[in-house]
Amino acid sequence: MSDDTSKPGVSRRRAMSCMMWGSAGVLWTVAGGVPRPFELTGEAQAATTKDFSFAQISDTHIGFKGAVNPEPGATLKEALARAGGAKPAFLVHTGDVSHLSKPEEFDAAAELMKGAGLETYYIPGEHDTIGDDGKLFFERFGRAKGTGGWYSFDQGGVHFVALVNVVGLKAGGMGTLGAEQREWLERDLKHKSASTPIVVLAHMPLWSVYPEWGWGTDDAAPALAYVKRFGSVTVLNGHIHQVIQKVEGHVTLRTAYSTAYAQPAPGQGPGPGPLKVPTEKLRSYLGVRRVELIHGKPAALHDATLEG
Amino acid sequence: MIMFWLGRRFALAVAAVLLLVGAGLAAAAEHAAVTIGDFAFKQGTITVKRGTTVTWTNKDDEPHTVVSEADPKLWKSPPLDTDDSFSFTFNEAGTFKYFCSVHPRMRGTVVVE
Repeated sequence: MSDDTSKPGVSRRRAMSCMMWGSAGVLWTVAGGVPRPFELTGEAQAATTKDFSFAQISDTHIGFKGAVNPEPGATLKEALARAGGAKPAFLVHTGDVSHLSKPEEFDAAAELMKGAGLETYYIPGEHDTIGDDGKLFFERFGRAKGTGGWYSFDQGGVHFVALVNVVGLKAGGMGTLGAEQREWLERDLKHKSASTPIVVLAHMPLWSVYPEWGWGTDDAAPALAYVKRFGSVTVLNGHIHQVIQKVEGHVTLRTAYSTAYAQPAPGQGPGPGPLKVPTEKLRSYLGVRRVELIHGKPAALHDATLEG
Repeated sequence: MIMFWLGRRFALAVAAVLLLVGAGLAAAAEHAAVTIGDFAFKQGTITVKRGTTVTWTNKDDEPHTVVSEADPKLWKSPPLDTDDSFSFTFNEAGTFKYFCSVHPRMRGTVVVE
């Protein structure tokens, strides 16, 4: 199975958008019938903007021993081979690197990931922060200095924000970013021009996919308020081991396949445990994502399973 | 020889007393069990006597934890993989709420009388 931005919802959005030149220096786009200006920064932008693609992998769960996939290391290798085949500029791993936050799981995962030979940006999942709030995880995979693990970086004119919504989870709640991280996000984005494409990484979905199973983030809305003014925002999540998308204005939010095991569709069954699928079908439930960032176009997301 | 015989009898008597005391203690120490399954603490609220040891056993294919909701936390289990158990002894009366720190919507309560 493969799906991309030719999905009905997205192609409709494309069909409805057209561009016209307005007054000098302002490019107007019409999306959903509402015109809005893009700031043009001319040559300065052209110098730092270049088309590229990157790959997203998620929920590798190294250390998982369940009957549905006793060898998540093997399926991770397949996923990395597939992701690397498209020659991405780098990899992002949207969390649940390990299954139980054990040092030996992190070590095994780091070794496997190294096999891809690609620069990799990590964020933790709740399986990576059990018992120590992610101390071991951040020691190995962290990039942040002086914050709770969140960070940002720029690549080819695109601004990436890597968030942590799995630490300090409150009884009865879902994922949480916390006031400190939200304030950091506001400061981080404040001076970016609205035409800068934004990619947000967070493990748990930044919208309420299914609160009964904790599939959401309690304070996602106030965080997303800071990205709304940007012309192109792509939010990449993991956690639910399946691809579900939501589009809100210029913000596209999409969850990702796991490379280890599937989970049921929201509300199907008693809980979100590993989906029992026949061994020969497993790879049709696992996958990787390629994200194409072509200047002037919305980010194109291509999901591919490990089947075939 | 007599001294030896007496000593031996005395030792046996001590051993018998110790056995009886041990059996009495074992009877006094109460146990209760909570099963974790389908992303829930199956016995959501349990009521136990002071001194009871509660044992949680994870029967899910997903890891869970058992963590006190109190601040500071009274106990915090390590991650419990499938079939792993964790025990905590409640020596004081009160109502003790707990949750799974991995899936924080999973909550339970131990009432100690």
